[in-house]
Amino acid sequence: MQTQAMQVPLDLRQIESFNLAIKKEMSQALLNMGYGHFGGCLSVTETLACLYGHYLKHDPQNPKMIDRDLFVLSKGHAGPALYATLALRGFFDLSWLQTINANGTNLPSHADMNKTPGVDMTTGSLGQGISCATGMAIGSHSNVFTIVGDGELQEGQCWEAVQFAAHYKLSNLVVFVDNNKRQLDGELADIQEPFDLQQKFTAFGFKSLTVDGGNIAEICNAIEQALATTDKPTAIILDTVKGQGLKTVVDIPANHHLRIDDNLRVALETDIAMLESKIEELK
Amino acid sequence: MSQELRVIHTEMLMELAHEHDEIMVLEADLMGSMSTGKFAKAHPKQFLQCGIAEANMIGVAAGLSAVGKVPFVHSFGCFATRRCYDQVFLAGGYAQQHLNIFGSDAGVTAVANGGTHMPFEDTGLMRLVPNSTVIDVSDEYVLRAAMRYAYHHRGVNYLRSTRKDLPHLYQSEQDIEIGKGNVLKDGTTITLVASGICVHDAMQAASIIEEKTDHKVAVIDMHTIKPLDVDLLVKYAEKTRRVITIENHNVTGGLGDAVASALLCSGVALESFCKLGVQEQFGQVGSLDFLKETYGISAGKIAESCLSILDKH
Repeated sequence: MQTQAMQVPLDLRQIESFNLAIKKEMSQALLNMGYGHFGGCLSVTETLACLYGHYLKHDPQNPKMIDRDLFVLSKGHAGPALYATLALRGFFDLSWLQTINANGTNLPSHADMNKTPGVDMTTGSLGQGISCATGMAIGSHSNVFTIVGDGELQEGQCWEAVQFAAHYKLSNLVVFVDNNKRQLDGELADIQEPFDLQQKFTAFGFKSLTVDGGNIAEICNAIEQALATTDKPTAIILDTVKGQGLKTVVDIPANHHLRIDDNLRVALETDIAMLESKIEELK
Repeated sequence: MSQELRVIHTEMLMELAHEHDEIMVLEADLMGSMSTGKFAKAHPKQFLQCGIAEANMIGVAAGLSAVGKVPFVHSFGCFATRRCYDQVFLAGGYAQQHLNIFGSDAGVTAVANGGTHMPFEDTGLMRLVPNSTVIDVSDEYVLRAAMRYAYHHRGVNYLRSTRKDLPHLYQSEQDIEIGKGNVLKDGTTITLVASGICVHDAMQAASIIEEKTDHKVAVIDMHTIKPLDVDLLVKYAEKTRRVITIENHNVTGGLGDAVASALLCSGVALESFCKLGVQEQFGQVGSLDFLKETYGISAGKIAESCLSILDKH
């Protein structure tokens, strides 16, 4: 399947279509591979579609463009969602998605700036990406967007970075929190209660807001508020469902990482077919 | 006597930052200890106070590097390496960023700060970062050359040093080439390979040994522990057949292990080889002389150990 050069910025309906296409391509790639971080990939696709479909200044033909905006996937295990996004935007061919985790691949499970065109920072060890994004924000005039996981916020380094970003009033930094409420070992509430994330970011000195992380219009509105903020960094808490968009994945409680057996394959194929119909409907 | 090395460090940062706008200096609440306040005043836009948060400091430095800056970060050696090792390893090394790390109070030079602040493992940790450079500072000019090298050499560059002054070993920066050991004293029957503060004690130990025996002792300042000057080591191993390493660090993972490994792989036949340094111990408080004596790296202890080794063979 070929990547038609997508003309950005997209409107809301086009972003929704882009989001569904990301879910479809990513899920199909993981399905072919037989395993993967389905849950946490699916909960960030709406945000990726908003960024790469509208707000992030970038050029797929010139991935290292000097004055581009920067994106750091701090929850690096959602790499496949980013790869599908980048492929659909034309950074590389969609066929690359079939090489995720293959020997010698340019698309490793966790994001790698030295392997994949369009990836701005290497991530995977949780807590580190947000610090790097903070360094990028203070060292450049670009807008810097990062997505951290809600489980990732258990890493103390995240709060070191948040403190730093607020102290230096890095208004060019936007931190998305993928609040999908589940982590590898179970529910956050059972493992380490996160309490009120919005209040926590506000207390640290961020502009902080919570939106439905499955709702394109709400995410876009939040990004616009963040970009209009000039005196502090912004945290956008994305109220998401881990696995959103694929009912089969949502319904599996431990969906952080799935190994696909025959039954699951059939169910996922049905879900992917439904995504295809929805994409058709939006055309 | 040289100036304090922290003063030289700040001077070099000023000199480099004057020429290169992209230099950024990061401190984690040890500006006062390191005398970098002068830099912060002169170049406020190139200075970042990161607070007591070393992991984030390294991440911020990696992010700065990713947008074209050249960061120089400082903390005490323990906190600049061990405390934020995953960040150095991944955000720095694995992500191929340019990260210059100055770990002060190397080994026993942490003196009164004691075991919590006394890095005997930092060289080992930093050697394990693929493609890193590891330098143990023995003299003002080594520090100057190392900092200039660190600016120009993209990668993870680790400099360990005392903050205090050290007697001069060299006349100028031109005497130093990073990656090449310096033969401070030639000899024919035994080679002492030392780094950092131990180079000075090794020189004294060489005199003691020569007073008491007929041995002619060579002394090499192996300021660059990685990449190691294997050619020089092999040359002196072949010439003297006896090699003793001396380091202000645990003998596991540091200079001694690096030299042992290089010589073993080279196939050179040795009569004696020994690693002097901290033997699987933690740090403690004490004066510099007390600590050197305790860990067997004072001039007297080095000479004593060497003589005992020579007696056995």
